Amino acid sequence: MLVSLYRYNPETDNAPYMQDVEIELPEGKDLMVLDVLALAKEKDPTVAFRRSCREGVCGSDGMNMNGKNGLACITPVSDVVKNNKLVLRPLPGLPVIRDLVVDMGLFYKQYEKVMPYLVNDNPAPAIERLQSPEDREKLDGLYECILCACCSTACPSFWWNPDKFIGPSGLLQAYRFLADSRDTAQAERLANLDDPFSVFRCRGIMNCVSVCPKGLNPTKAIGHIRNLLLQRAT
Amino acid sequence: MGMNSVTNIGRNGIQDWIIQRVTAYVLALYTLFLLGFFVTTDVDYQAWSALFAQGWFKIFSLLALLSIAGHAWVGLWTVSTDYIKSAMPRFLLQAACVLVMFVYVVWGIQILWGL
Repeated sequence: MLVSLYRYNPETDNAPYMQDVEIELPEGKDLMVLDVLALAKEKDPTVAFRRSCREGVCGSDGMNMNGKNGLACITPVSDVVKNNKLVLRPLPGLPVIRDLVVDMGLFYKQYEKVMPYLVNDNPAPAIERLQSPEDREKLDGLYECILCACCSTACPSFWWNPDKFIGPSGLLQAYRFLADSRDTAQAERLANLDDPFSVFRCRGIMNCVSVCPKGLNPTKAIGHIRNLLLQRAT
Repeated sequence: MGMNSVTNIGRNGIQDWIIQRVTAYVLALYTLFLLGFFVTTDVDYQAWSALFAQGWFKIFSLLALLSIAGHAWVGLWTVSTDYIKSAMPRFLLQAACVLVMFVYVVWGIQILWGL
């Protein structure tokens, strides 16, 4: 199989280029894309990529595989390969540090804006802050996000305004805390979101939903935020 | 956090969004009505001017015209802030759009009421 790798080392290269590597796939076995990258690295040890848990939990190896974002470690080659060719590029829209490694600074800056932590002004009880099973259920489909950035970097609105639009990942987390029965800062959270960019640059094209490796639905969460803003404004 | 601009029509994102949605419904209703009119009526000068002679239709038409202006203002403001990163050309484009919409509304009022 032909693997085409995006290569860029800002210290030695004037411009990014694609490097073709021929990889022998073992018979009768479907490798993950990350395994293919490991084989490519055996041939050329200078290729740089992030990886850690290799089972879709840590979110380090988000990349663009034949045009679609996903986690290399849990994406079978047979799912993405076309005409016996695999093109691997870094996540789109973020500055490239080297090869497949991107600078996630803007992504984290947007995440930080939504105050991704529980705010509760009431005095701490002697035991835990309890939550009914029904209230806990409201967080399902929200808390599972691993911040791999596959969704936000698949979103054209995030490409155009990465400094002002929070992006699908950050907004999913914004709603995770808006929906939490133990949080007391809902008014403040909503006040921080009602400008024309933070939430409303979402045009609902659902690229985020189609790429999320955890099967989450940021567009739905954004709809919930919009409804909360609407209730607050009318 | 974020950016509120003096050049957008609403004071914040939710106002812009509501304006966009409500005006879209008005424009859809107006379009459907006109389609229905064209389908059910044998349109000639008499029928056309009789339609526009009715007070309610003048108001409906003005509402549609204002909706176009509001809808286009929000939409083009969004497009301009997406694609034009330097402030001066962006402001000039926004000002030009607003001027065109203003002219259309005043001109439309003149036409509707035969001023």
